Amino acid sequence: MADVSLRKVVKRYDDVEAVRGIDLDIADHEFIVLVGPSGCGKSTTLRMIAGLEDISDGDIMIGGDVVNDVPPKDRDIAMVFQNYALYPHMTVAENMSFGLRLKHYPKAEIKSRVTEAARLLDITDLIDRKPKQLSGGQRQRVAMGRAIVRNPKVFLFDEPLSNLDAKLRVQMRIEIKKVHQKVRTTTVYVTHDQVEAMTLADRVVVMNKGRIEQIGTPNELYHKPATRFVAGFIGSPAMNFVPCRLEDVGGKLNIRLTDRISFPLPPERAAHYNALPRNDQLQLGIRPEHIAESHAHLDPGVETFDTMLDVTEPMGMETLVYFNLNGTPVCGRVNPNAGAKDGAPMRLAMDLNNMHLLNEATGLVL
Amino acid sequence: MSTLAIDKAGPRRKVKYGSMSRDRAWALRWSYFFLALFAIFFLTPPLYMVITSLKSSAEISAATNPWWVFHPTLSNYLELLTSNQFLRFFWNSSIVSLVVVILTMLISVPAAFALARMRFWGSPTLATGVFLTYLIPDSLLFIPLFKMFALIQDLTGITLLNRWYVLLFVYPTLTVPFCTWIMIGYFASIPKELDEAAIIDGASWLQTLTRIFIPVALPGLIAATIFAFTVSWAQFLYPLVFTTSIDQLVLPVGITTTLIKGDVFNWGQIMTGALLGAAPPLIIYAFLMDYYIAGLTAGATKG
Repeated sequence: MADVSLRKVVKRYDDVEAVRGIDLDIADHEFIVLVGPSGCGKSTTLRMIAGLEDISDGDIMIGGDVVNDVPPKDRDIAMVFQNYALYPHMTVAENMSFGLRLKHYPKAEIKSRVTEAARLLDITDLIDRKPKQLSGGQRQRVAMGRAIVRNPKVFLFDEPLSNLDAKLRVQMRIEIKKVHQKVRTTTVYVTHDQVEAMTLADRVVVMNKGRIEQIGTPNELYHKPATRFVAGFIGSPAMNFVPCRLEDVGGKLNIRLTDRISFPLPPERAAHYNALPRNDQLQLGIRPEHIAESHAHLDPGVETFDTMLDVTEPMGMETLVYFNLNGTPVCGRVNPNAGAKDGAPMRLAMDLNNMHLLNEATGLVL
Repeated sequence: MSTLAIDKAGPRRKVKYGSMSRDRAWALRWSYFFLALFAIFFLTPPLYMVITSLKSSAEISAATNPWWVFHPTLSNYLELLTSNQFLRFFWNSSIVSLVVVILTMLISVPAAFALARMRFWGSPTLATGVFLTYLIPDSLLFIPLFKMFALIQDLTGITLLNRWYVLLFVYPTLTVPFCTWIMIGYFASIPKELDEAAIIDGASWLQTLTRIFIPVALPGLIAATIFAFTVSWAQFLYPLVFTTSIDQLVLPVGITTTLIKGDVFNWGQIMTGALLGAAPPLIIYAFLMDYYIAGLTAGATKG
C-alpha cells in the first residue's frame, strides 16, 4: 500500500502534448477515478503511472520514491486492462499466479493467495478453466484476481468495464467497490463513464485536453463544479446552459433569460453575485432536475415561467421535457403525471437556489 | 383500431429469381466440378509414380498398358531401402532439414518478436527488408554464395564446399526471411495488452517471448516450421551446386545423379525414390495440417 504523487507530469508525442503538466496527490487506500472524454490524457496518465509510457517531464512518486526510470515490474503495481489481457493458453489459476511464479514465490503461498483471491471474487469453480471458456464478466473477475494475488502497492484499472454490457457493468461496478472495501489498496481507475466515476470514487479527477479540470469528491463535482466543462460532463442529462444577463430591478438583483423572462435571485445567490458587472456575457447553469412542473406551494427562490414544450421523453419514474429559451434548447425533469405533452404549453418552475453562473468567455463558474 | 385486410392466399412471392438454396446448390455443383478437376490434375502424376514403382524394368520398357501393373513387384523398394547409397541420401536430407529447421526457428522467432514488438529505430524498414531478401531468387544467389565459400576456404582453410553441412549455412538464406515474415504477422496479431500485462506481472522480454508469445502463436510457429522443413527437404539447386561427392548428396540431387546414368533412366527406382522422398513431408503435413492452415490465415479474421 502506498500513496501516489504526480508532479508537473507531461507526456509529449512528437509535437503533441497529450498530458500537459498535471499535479495529483493520491492518498494511501484512496480510490481515485480519472474521468474525461476520449483523448483527454487519462489513459496516458495511467500508463505513465504503470511505467508503460515514458514521462516527458515531471515526476511520478509511488510510496515517496520517484519511479520515473523504474521499470513496470519493479514499481509493485497491478493493472487491469479493458480487454482483460488474460493469457489465453493458461488456466484461470495459472493466469492469476503468473506474476508470483515469475518471482519464485513458494508453491504453498501461491496456492493460498490464488485460493483466497478466487474466493473473494467468487470464481473458485472456474479456477481450472481457460479464458475462452469464460464469459466477459468472469474474465473481468479473473483479471482482477490476477491483480489482487500480487498484493501490490497500487491497483490500476484502464476502463475495465467498457467491454461489458450495461447490466453487467452495473453489477461489476458494485463488485469492484466491494473488493476495494476489503483489500483497501490504493486504486487509480480510468473511465470515460461519469456514472462509473461518481459511484466508485473517493475522489474524481476530471480531465480535459491533457489538463486536470477539477479534483473533488463526487458530490463536490456535482454541486460545485469549477468550470463549464465539469458542470456539463458530470450529471445526466447534462446541465443546461442558458445565456443570461444580471440586472438591477427595484434595488434587487435579477437574472434576465429572455425578453419576457427575468427572475429575482434568492438573497443568498444575490449576495454572492452582487459584485459582478451587470452587462457581462454570462450563462446560467441549471440542472434538469431543478426545472420541474409548477405547483401551488413553491419554496422561496423557485420561480415559474410558461413555455411551449418541443419534445417529451417519458422515462417511467420521470418525464424529460425539452423546450427553448431564447433559441437555446433546455431540458427539465417533471413528474410523469404532470401532463407534459409534445408541442403543448406548460408552466414550469426553476429552482434558482441551485443555479450556477458562468462566465461565457472563460468558462469558469462564478 | 383499424382492421387489416388479410389476403387469404397469403402474400405473393416472386420465385422467378430463385432462392438461396438454389444458388447454393449451383455453387456447390461448380465447386465439386473444379475440385474434381484439380484432384485429377494433381493426383495423376503420383498415381503414375506408384504404378511405375511397382513394375520391373522389363515391364516398364514393354509396350503394355502403362496404367496397369501386370506383374507387381516390390523389388524397386527393396533395392533402394537396402542400398547404403540411398539411405545415405535419406540420412543427409534428414539431418540437414532438421538442423536447418532448428536454426531457422532459433533465428526467426526472436527476430520476429523484436521486429513486431520491441519498437526501435528503423524496425519497420528492417521488417520490410527481411521480406525483400526472400524475393531474391536462389538462381541469382548461388554463384555469389559459391564464391563466398570458396573465398572462405582460401582465406581460412576451412573447407565447406562439397560438404553436406555447407547446406546448413545456405538453406537459412531461404527459410529465415519467410519464417520471420510469417512470425511477424502472427506476433503482430497478438493484442498489445498481453505483453503489457506480462511486463507488469514482472516478465522480462525473453520471458514474455517464451512464456506468452510462443505458446499463443503456436499455430504460426508450426506453419513456419513446416515451411522451413519443406523448403530444406525439397531444395534442389543449392545442393546440386554446393555438393558433388556421392556421400555428401541429399535426396533430390542423389536420386537424379545416381539413378540417371547418361541417357539411361532407371525409371522404376527414380519413381520409388521420389515417392519415398515425398513421404516425410506428407506425414508431417497430415499431422499438422490444421495448425498449418490456422497459421497461414492468421489475422485474416478477428479471432
